[in-house]
Amino acid sequence: MSTADELLALRDLQVSIAGRSIVTGLDLTVHAGRITALVGESGSGKSMTALSTIGLQPRSAEVRGSARLGAAELVGCSAAEMRRIRSGQIGMIFQEPGQSLSPVMKVSTGFRHVLAVREGIRSRAQAETRMRELLSSVGLPDPDRSAASYPHELSGGELQRVVIALALSGDPALLIADEPTTALDVTVQRGILDLLVRIVAERQIGVLLITHDMGVVGEIADEVVVLKDGDVVETGPVREVLSAPEAPYTQALLAAVPRLAESLERADGVRGGAARGRRAARADDAGRAGGADAGRADAPAAQTAAAVDEAPVVRVEGLSVEYHRRGGSHRALDDVGMEIRRGEIHGLVGESGSGKSTWGKALAGLVPAQARTLEIEGVDPRTLGASQRRAAYARVGLVFQDPASSLNPRRTVGWSIGEPLQLAGGISRTDIARRVKRALEIVHLPASYVSRLPHELSGGQRQRVSIARALILEPALLIADEPTSALDVTIQAHVIDVLRDAIAETRFACVFISHDLAVVGSLADHVTVLRAGRAVEQGTAREVLGDPQHEYTRALLASVPDPERRLREDGGEAA
Amino acid sequence: MALSLQRVARSLGVLLVVVGLTFAIFYVAPIDPALRMCGKPCSPEDLEAARGFMGFDKPWWVQLGTFLGAIVTGRTFGSADVVVECAAPCLGYSFQLHQPVTALLADRFPVSLSIALGAVALQAVFGIAAGALAARRQGGILDRVVTGVSVIAASAPAFVVGLLAVVVFALRLDLLPSGGYEPFTEGPLEWARHLVLPWATLAFLNGAIYARLVRSSMIEQLGLDYVRTARASGLSERRIDRYALRNLALPLTTLIALDIGALLGGTVITERIFGQPGLGALLLDATSTADLPVIVGTTLVGSLLIVLANLSADLARPLLDRRLARGGRSRRPSTATTLPDQNPQETTS
Repeated sequence: MSTADELLALRDLQVSIAGRSIVTGLDLTVHAGRITALVGESGSGKSMTALSTIGLQPRSAEVRGSARLGAAELVGCSAAEMRRIRSGQIGMIFQEPGQSLSPVMKVSTGFRHVLAVREGIRSRAQAETRMRELLSSVGLPDPDRSAASYPHELSGGELQRVVIALALSGDPALLIADEPTTALDVTVQRGILDLLVRIVAERQIGVLLITHDMGVVGEIADEVVVLKDGDVVETGPVREVLSAPEAPYTQALLAAVPRLAESLERADGVRGGAARGRRAARADDAGRAGGADAGRADAPAAQTAAAVDEAPVVRVEGLSVEYHRRGGSHRALDDVGMEIRRGEIHGLVGESGSGKSTWGKALAGLVPAQARTLEIEGVDPRTLGASQRRAAYARVGLVFQDPASSLNPRRTVGWSIGEPLQLAGGISRTDIARRVKRALEIVHLPASYVSRLPHELSGGQRQRVSIARALILEPALLIADEPTSALDVTIQAHVIDVLRDAIAETRFACVFISHDLAVVGSLADHVTVLRAGRAVEQGTAREVLGDPQHEYTRALLASVPDPERRLREDGGEAA
Repeated sequence: MALSLQRVARSLGVLLVVVGLTFAIFYVAPIDPALRMCGKPCSPEDLEAARGFMGFDKPWWVQLGTFLGAIVTGRTFGSADVVVECAAPCLGYSFQLHQPVTALLADRFPVSLSIALGAVALQAVFGIAAGALAARRQGGILDRVVTGVSVIAASAPAFVVGLLAVVVFALRLDLLPSGGYEPFTEGPLEWARHLVLPWATLAFLNGAIYARLVRSSMIEQLGLDYVRTARASGLSERRIDRYALRNLALPLTTLIALDIGALLGGTVITERIFGQPGLGALLLDATSTADLPVIVGTTLVGSLLIVLANLSADLARPLLDRRLARGGRSRRPSTATTLPDQNPQETTS
């Protein structure tokens, strides 16, 4: 690469906020027609780098070093100059497409304002022609409908395409995409990634892609810059960095990416013989739910029938949930079922809106549900009186996605973990303290953490506190709703280990809800794949994820970004 | 549509409760209008006759029924030789002022209307502008001035501000008349000149709420993702201000509607200070002379206006934010700012 086609060159870029260094001397180059990925976990300074490049860093931030876009130096140029550059030479895409557009304006209105600034188009008719052109170029099938819609009327994928179309107006040479697919479902993410690759090839645009996801990097990036705590730890062409990472941090980052094939194998080893025996005991229940493949049986395991006598903790058949809202009702879950025994994990996977969270809520009694059979520990909570029902649901623990907002920020960790015991009443203070200490032990946190406040903990530690709180009442069933989705990959792996150990130790049943197939594969004994409220496939993790029968499961699996896919394909070509 | 009807029905329900409560004043208040009418000396027979004349001899539910019926059909007080007509819509009859309450209200309403519209227009324009400017220069001198002034304005009593305005602008500087009302039809200029001080006083007091609402919500809006996207696209800061304000249309419309409703019902203190014969002054006079029918009528109309204002703000909501429109699928929580506890300084009742 000669310096001639260097589009964006960051040299020794430093960003500090109030004296605290956020980015320390970053070098990065984006070439025309290529994608440079800036990879790092939360707090690594990757987004701050992007914002500083386009002059949108917080007012308190101090930027030094050099950022050259073509011939222009961006660091230290005036606000007006910066705005001029933003309005024509750079396009920007952000993480949350749903919040990237003003909610009270039609797409077309915002588009006209942007076109006026970026392309100098004043006439309405002209703007409309250009808008249609841009919207269809990003693969929106009906550009006129999209333009006439308000943001809330479009799906996440459609909105992200609209934002990309906006970013492409003015024919910028450089596109900065800050986690462009993180908030999207995998199948939608696949479409957006393909679109980015196509745009780069067609327009010879350079892209600075900011992401935490090694899978996304592996799928589309050409160059990689790995950032850790504001420091560049590794730079190079994607093939080299992914196949032979040099920095220990890059190695750790790659190792932490859950890979389905590996996790299925490893999970088999972890689960071991006893679990296999139990699975065999109801080899036929794989197909019990509506729409699932009924003919399967876990043949090798079926020979060691054991623990048949143990009654399932959860038995659900024909479960449906309908949400009523003004203007009609919506069937969030349609005739699904499951059975979970002690010590087993049942994974629920699906994209947003598939009903997986609703299922969890229905089991915890948080949404009104209809079901032919709904038993927790052999009892149907719906038949109980109010106080008994509360006691029955107290046997169900819950862990939510965002540990930061599910813990009281003003209460100590010990208080939060012990709160369910206090609510239960009749338990002495020393007893509570003892059990809190025990719960911390189970999630591998030191006992001294009882007196800490949530903000003093990292995200992963906070999620472990949430798990400890859910376990304090010794639940028969734990419902974990996307418990690792808000966490960085390296931390995510650890939380999964903690959860697995806790289940091995106290043998509760667990419903593990996640959009991440690899995470589910590494943990779950059984898996249900949900789409639009229906179970399209159900069975053991190995069957469903290792040898999917339904085309939707296959599509989901094929959409998961894989760091090594291109490496393998290249290798195949070479051989 | 069904939803709108539901809202209308709920408003009617609120009004009925208000009628009931105001009517209860008749029975709770230690006042007997008949005693006042009967004069001195008042024999028990005369008192009984007066009661019968005014319709107070019937049980309370009959009286309430008659009162409600009179709003539609009008009613006649007295029976034999002396008859007092009260045409529909009859809200009672003031035996002290010898006029139907409806006529009294109709007489005073233009004054309150003039005050309300001017004051709300002023306070909205200046409050929103001040709030937006302060949000833009967050932490700067202008922000501190706006914040400081709005704290003073929101906590200053109306009579202090009003009297100060009279002393300074009318008595010292002699720029404006200190009070009185000139009908609009007699000359718009004089009408406005007489209203400038009450408008300014009310706008100063209530505008603080707008400034604070707009300031805090603007700061919130300017930190949202869509503003970042707009900036990254190179839109001008003026355009971005308009984006943010457009997102505040919903809470602001609600606030404006409620203020109009509240001010239309009359402003007791301001009208008194500036000698404006509006509904507030009427209510105050009626209170001091214990003219119960007038008190009930004024309170009722004031409440009606507030309910109507609320209702129209409610019905306008889906037009301002399409996410609230019926059948609209909401994919994410609303970013619309919620109203803070608002408490307009001066209202009736």
